[in-house]
Amino acid sequence: MIKSAYIHIPFCEHICHYCDFNKVYLQGQPVDEYLSMLKKEFQMSVMEYPVESLTTIFVGGGTPTSLNEKQLSFLVSSIREELPYDRNSVEFTFEANPGDLSEGKLAILHEAGVNRLSFGVQSFNEELLRKIGRTHKIADVYDSIEKANKVGFDNISIDLIYGLPGQTMEDFEDTLKKALELKMEHYSSYSLIVEPKTVFYNLMQKGRLSLPPQEIEARMYECVMEEMAKHGYIQYEISNYAKQGYESKHNLTYWNNEEYFGFGAGAHGYVEGKRTANYGPLKKYITPLQEGRLPLIETHEVSKQEKMEEEMFLGLRKMEGVNAQSFEEKFGTPISDIFGQQLTELKEKGLLEESAGTYRLTYSGKLLGNEVFQSFIAV
Amino acid sequence: MNREEKLNRQSRIRNFSIIAHIDHGKSTLADRILEKTNALAQREMKSQLLDSMDLERERGITIKLNAVQLKYNAKDGEEYIFHLIDTPGHVDFTYEVSRSLAACEGAVLVVDAAQGIEAQTLANVYLALDNNLEIIPVINKIDLPSADPERVRNEIEEVIGLDASEAVLASAKAGIGIEEILEQVVELVPPPEGDPDAPLKALIFDSLYDAYRGVVAYIRVVEGSVKPGDKIRMMATGKEFEVIEVGVFNPKTVLCDELTVGDVGFLTAAIKNVGDTRVGDTITNAKSGAAEALPGYRKLNPMVYCGLYPIDASKFNDLRDALEKLELNDSALQFEPETSQALGFGFRCGFLGLLHMEIIQERIEREFKIDLITTAPSVIYDVILTDGSSIKVDNPSNMPDPQKIDRIEEPYVKATMMAPNEFVGAIMELCQDKRGIFIDMQYMDETRVSIVYEIPLSEIVYDFFDQLKSNTKGYASFDYELIGYKESKLVKMDILLNAETVDALSFIVHRDFAYERGKVIVEKLKKLIPRQQFEVPIQAAIGQKIIARSTISAMRKNVLAKCYGGDISRKRKLLEKQKEGKKRMKQVGSVEVPQEAFMAVLKMDDTTPKK
Repeated sequence: MIKSAYIHIPFCEHICHYCDFNKVYLQGQPVDEYLSMLKKEFQMSVMEYPVESLTTIFVGGGTPTSLNEKQLSFLVSSIREELPYDRNSVEFTFEANPGDLSEGKLAILHEAGVNRLSFGVQSFNEELLRKIGRTHKIADVYDSIEKANKVGFDNISIDLIYGLPGQTMEDFEDTLKKALELKMEHYSSYSLIVEPKTVFYNLMQKGRLSLPPQEIEARMYECVMEEMAKHGYIQYEISNYAKQGYESKHNLTYWNNEEYFGFGAGAHGYVEGKRTANYGPLKKYITPLQEGRLPLIETHEVSKQEKMEEEMFLGLRKMEGVNAQSFEEKFGTPISDIFGQQLTELKEKGLLEESAGTYRLTYSGKLLGNEVFQSFIAV
Repeated sequence: MNREEKLNRQSRIRNFSIIAHIDHGKSTLADRILEKTNALAQREMKSQLLDSMDLERERGITIKLNAVQLKYNAKDGEEYIFHLIDTPGHVDFTYEVSRSLAACEGAVLVVDAAQGIEAQTLANVYLALDNNLEIIPVINKIDLPSADPERVRNEIEEVIGLDASEAVLASAKAGIGIEEILEQVVELVPPPEGDPDAPLKALIFDSLYDAYRGVVAYIRVVEGSVKPGDKIRMMATGKEFEVIEVGVFNPKTVLCDELTVGDVGFLTAAIKNVGDTRVGDTITNAKSGAAEALPGYRKLNPMVYCGLYPIDASKFNDLRDALEKLELNDSALQFEPETSQALGFGFRCGFLGLLHMEIIQERIEREFKIDLITTAPSVIYDVILTDGSSIKVDNPSNMPDPQKIDRIEEPYVKATMMAPNEFVGAIMELCQDKRGIFIDMQYMDETRVSIVYEIPLSEIVYDFFDQLKSNTKGYASFDYELIGYKESKLVKMDILLNAETVDALSFIVHRDFAYERGKVIVEKLKKLIPRQQFEVPIQAAIGQKIIARSTISAMRKNVLAKCYGGDISRKRKLLEKQKEGKKRMKQVGSVEVPQEAFMAVLKMDDTTPKK
């Protein structure tokens, strides 16, 4: 039974230099039409894949908070009307851009049962923010968080990025310090990956992007892990840290290899054993729904082998690791029969450790996670 | 056909080749001749028809030979039978050129009206003269604005010593002079001599392997005749076969009842191995055959050796199959299994030259889809040991301990280079860098110079030709021939990765150049080998002595710390891509080494200061 839903809002007022998610400039877009088709997608999906009650809902983007109050109201009431969930127990997250959230918008969200906010703060260096194409100011961060607290939000996460062009170790230490001073419930700290079809990628092609060397990037990552631990945050995944009990249940859905809906243009889902992807361009997303079809561009039936591989390369992202017994219960085969050789090799290389039947990344395993993950993939 | 008819036909046969430097228009001329003799309808003409392998087309060179039968109605009212035999245009294939020339009585020498004679042309003209061929000079590309036919005419007379007063002024591209060339072929090229009733003597000048028919031997009948059902014997190998088909190419395959004196065509006889139809060998009748074989046969000896290893060790047998299939088609290719500590099981392969090596490598990767690691090419060294015995070493890692070596001799070539005189300095400098010994320099005319050096073959193997081209803006032409062995102060350089000697990276170098080269190699390897989980020292050593070192830093971070949302497929693809990259690498001890690293010892080009 599917217990999670991701809802994608592909609109932005500004486009960041590193972002390769499906998104368009808000201006001039058929936003209202999009939102009503989103509602239709909820209806049709729930008909096709019956759900009892969702335990996590995550609205991401793009920039969900770029919607105006009326649009936001429409979106949250669609969610409430079409998707089943228990208001008291659900984890209902909205991604937010610092500075976008007026008290009015915050009230709408809070009233609708949204109980978690995730702010794209990225950095506390004003200059760096400007260079990566973010338009919010540092003051907006403090202001937004204060307002959110006032309205009653008590589970807030902020995202940080390290490894940015021109970013120094000192810069990042400073950002980290300021982030921690806010005493949020949750932090995500991602490293910059230059993806095709981004401003950064184009600059890199022209040799005009100077990224910190691997050594610095590694130190930045080590620094986050150290500081988070020092401040009482638990690292529960490669890039995620939380106060006890505030781990993101929604993101854990992915890493636990569980199923979820992916609603909206370009969204990815995992339903009844199939990985799905929706059309990204708005028109291609809207048209099939108008004609009463789901806007799927791709569905891929996950084979047992692939599912086992995913269990490993997603599961090992969690610090909790992968438990041999759970694996066997889930797949009916001992983990050692399938991945015995890889597990032994990775242990020898010092990237994995095993205790009480559970495999986890070691400290160097966290820094070299891809070396671990790729060994489970049959190519 | 009775004897008289045969002799009459024989008198109307003309067998010839075209000799030309690359780009001087050989292929275009061949196309024009085919057109003129109506061998092909216009619409069937693929440009440069004689070069049939894809690789040849891509590289613009001729590797395998072809022979085409053409009918030409001459001005004297007679119909003549032409056999046009194509020759490979590269120095690696000199022997094959000489055998295909041996199948002819004449050669059309094409010289570019602007560029004049090049080293390669000269080498092939001498081969043709050695085979007593009548040479018909043609000055091509006379329609070019820079054409200077008179200068080129003088050059042909002075440099080669041919009478060029009757040389045809032609433009193959524009179709000028083609008929004149064909008339000269009729007039000047002698008809084949030989007795159609004598025991069979047919020269094999090429062969190829066909999956359905077995080996197709390209032959020139010198004496006697051959037809399906005949029992034949290969005189060098002694192998006997029964002829299944004989025929000619026009250029399509046409089966005939019989091939007789002067004919150039093919035969098949359910021969399974190209090694049984060696280029230069003579085919005769199995019973009461010819007493003596045709002159000139020799077994081809490779000049350059390298190790070929499958990246994926499980492909060893596939690689063997691939080499065996290629061998069917290429009697010059030699290989035997060898084992490397670093690379596992593979083959030591011998080639005629570097181009030959690259072609084989490329064909294995392209046609057989086997990813290869190629070790740096090596020549054969004569190593004289302190006990007076001597051994031949074709793999640097087999070089004995220095204490056991009295001296090492290495093969030298006589290298002839021709270029405009402004490049003399650049050429001489390059030759000195390559340990060359100056022999001679001559002005061919006011502006063009021919320079002769003796250079160690191993230096030619290292990027010599590329450097010659780049130092002379592509103007220099180059030819070489092996002249024997000379003593040199050579040492074996070992490369250590993570303190372990990687046998596949060892190479032989002159003592005076050792330090410099060691330094360059370790830096180069540092760039080519990706970071590993641990720090990897790279060292260059002569015996126990480390002469250069560098270090690959440890991989510090490789983890996808990005929010991909629920797009798991994308995560998977990224991991798959990283893993694919690894599969192209070879695990050497604990270090993963990419393909290119093994060739790093060969290509020094990007580190040589450019002037």
